[in-house]
Amino acid sequence: MTEEQKLFQKTVRKFCEKEIKPLASKIDKEEYFPWDMYKKMGKLGLMGMTVPKKYGGAGIDKICYMIALEEISRLCGSTGITIEAHNTLGNGYIYEAGTEEQRKKYLPRLTGGEAFTALAITEPNAGSDVGGIQTTAVIDGDEWVLNGTKQFITSGDIAEAIIVMAKTDKTKGTKGISAFILEKDTPGFKVGQLEDKLGLRGSKTAELIFEDCHVPKENILGEKDKGFYGVMDTLDRGRTAVGAMSVGIARGALEDSIAYAKQREQFGRPIGKFQAIQWMIADMATEIEAARLLVYRAAYLEDNNMSFSKEAAIAKLFASEIAMRATRNAIQIHGGYGYMRDRPLERYFRDIKLSQIGEGTSEIQRIVIAKRLGL
Amino acid sequence: MNIIVCAKQVVDVSEMKVDSKTKKPILQGVPQKISDIDKNAIEEAIKIKDKHGGKITVVTVGPSDAKERIKELLAMGADEGVLISSTDKYDYRIVSSLLAEAIKKIGEYDIVLCGEASIDMFSGQVGPRVAGLLNIPQITYAQNINAEKDKTVAMRNMGDKSVTTESSYPVLITVTKEINEPRLPSLMQILGAANKPINEWSAGSLTKELQPKVETIELKGIPMQRKNIVYKDDVDDSVKKLVDSLAKEGVLR
Ligand SMILES: Cc1cc2nc3c(=O)[nH]c(=O)nc-3n(C[C@H](O)[C@H](O)[C@H](O)COP(=O)(O)OP(=O)(O)OC[C@H]3O[C@@H](n4cnc5c(N)ncnc54)[C@H](O)[C@@H]3O)c2cc1C
Ligand SMILES: Cc1cc2nc3c(=O)[nH]c(=O)nc-3n(C[C@H](O)[C@H](O)[C@H](O)COP(=O)(O)OP(=O)(O)OC[C@H]3O[C@@H](n4cnc5c(N)ncnc54)[C@H](O)[C@@H]3O)c2cc1C
Repeated sequence: MTEEQKLFQKTVRKFCEKEIKPLASKIDKEEYFPWDMYKKMGKLGLMGMTVPKKYGGAGIDKICYMIALEEISRLCGSTGITIEAHNTLGNGYIYEAGTEEQRKKYLPRLTGGEAFTALAITEPNAGSDVGGIQTTAVIDGDEWVLNGTKQFITSGDIAEAIIVMAKTDKTKGTKGISAFILEKDTPGFKVGQLEDKLGLRGSKTAELIFEDCHVPKENILGEKDKGFYGVMDTLDRGRTAVGAMSVGIARGALEDSIAYAKQREQFGRPIGKFQAIQWMIADMATEIEAARLLVYRAAYLEDNNMSFSKEAAIAKLFASEIAMRATRNAIQIHGGYGYMRDRPLERYFRDIKLSQIGEGTSEIQRIVIAKRLGL
Repeated sequence: MNIIVCAKQVVDVSEMKVDSKTKKPILQGVPQKISDIDKNAIEEAIKIKDKHGGKITVVTVGPSDAKERIKELLAMGADEGVLISSTDKYDYRIVSSLLAEAIKKIGEYDIVLCGEASIDMFSGQVGPRVAGLLNIPQITYAQNINAEKDKTVAMRNMGDKSVTTESSYPVLITVTKEINEPRLPSLMQILGAANKPINEWSAGSLTKELQPKVETIELKGIPMQRKNIVYKDDVDDSVKKLVDSLAKEGVLR
């Protein structure tokens, strides 16, 4: 890490210790959404990390972004995914694919912590198979008319600007998809049910319904019928980020386990003196370091404009799988105490599961990796 | 209002371990940071600048890697940094004279702010010595500063009482930890700090007298031993015994 990156890490860590740590349990148990905290995050620059300063962002590189996501997720997975979805899926997509007008219109508010954004791809009948979406957009004079239903959309209910993926050519699969920026008070747009989830309970996951939603023609994001490529590009970026989130949650499991193993005594000595516990902890530490390096590598490639699609999939696959294992073993190390809700171990375990599902399941990552290997 | 803040790079004592055999602190690989109380001084400087405008210059005597630590202060809101490159063998006398010479070289200033002491050695000598060398008034242990246009009023923490003191400018003030809570720089400020100037002046260019008069021969941790006395008889009886022995130890008076 460069000195600047270390300073980033230190700064974000201090902020998280002060602002997130005291709320993390409440965020999970009460599905509490800390608006004030997100406003403070906006001031610090965490709501528009990789967006250039010109559009109100912090303009930091991808490695620093990963460092920040790890720190945030270390203490609270819900905050981690909310920040990740907002920064990568929303702001990132608008910045990468948007016109100068679109960037100027939307990004300053979104990066300042004033408002959230969301990306709506998934539908009841189309998850992994993005080409199978059924939401449609039809041109009508100067406007696009959207119809359809999206589900599982992170921050979909609170977002001011939502990127909606829709079919602009129903005869084609992936080659007939476009992206649109929809503002939340557009007539015909409704928030449906909010999901009751296993983990990440402080992050909002919403169903979105579009009934003859009229969107100005200029709100198409990127080229018509090329939306699939834009969204895949965004998901590539998101994968590295989910990898960083996973490393953060796994680090929480590891740090808590080390502290507990030193302090808990059974059979007359600290359980950390038993080889069975040592090996679990040693494996966790090894896998976390490897995962972090994979995440940094993918981010480094992205920072340097090299292709990073395979590396991002590798980082996400590995990091989410090892983090799942780390959180499971952390409960094991804590014995009965790990199973109880007054400690955060069971929360880590519930929160991390999403990393193997969201932004491409582990199976889909393997498909991407295999494809990039020429299979 | 032009403000100069003296800030020291120290080892992060919370990460420091003591060798259990030799009782010597293990300093290798321990991260460095800006002494906590000096950060309170910077924070106070930023507050004064916010009120009156002006410029904040940070001065550090330290090895060249201290530049990286100065960047954090620039990110917080200081405008310029000065590093007086040195070895760490200097005693307080030399460090103070280097700081005083540097402050004279910087020239225009209204307030010099220091921490009451650095968290590593905690001598508390540097602030007063610098004020003496500059021949300006000093206010030590300020827990509150109200900088007005032509004078400053500060409340000094004297342990069991506080004393309000007034001074004209220029003045040197040392602050205590409770004076404020240092801010976190934003990510934008951290990036911006890279463009703020840090000048490096050699110690030799400021003073010719660099021979320390105080020599540190050894640093040792103080071994702390617990007595592990457990009173487990009757509660009333145990409480009485505990109070007695605490009184004997001089803990209770
Ligand atoms: C908390 C949360 C937040 C989310 N946030 C968002 C969001 O902000 N925006 C958004 O658009 N979506 C979001 N999603 C949706 C998420 O992206 C999808 O759940 C995910 O892509 C999987 O789709 P699915 O749930 O429909 O599962 P399916 O695609 O139905 O998959 C079911 C199973 O089949 C497997 N499978 C599918 N196809 C193949 C194949 N070809 N080969 C092998 N196995 C296969 C999958 O790996 C999985 O194990 C979110 C989901 C959750 C849980
Ligand atoms: C839902 C629930 C219901 C329960 N119901 C009952 C009940 O009805 N009655 C009852 O009496 N108890 C009950 N318990 C307690 C349960 O039996 C204990 O939690 C269990 O025996 C583990 O003890 P512990 O939690 O103190 O963990 P610890 O014994 O502290 O173990 C912590 C970790 O150290 C490891 N460890 C400990 N010793 C060694 C060793 N020598 N070598 C290697 N590894 C070691 C353990 O495997 C574990 O990974 C219940 C617990 C739960 C969670």
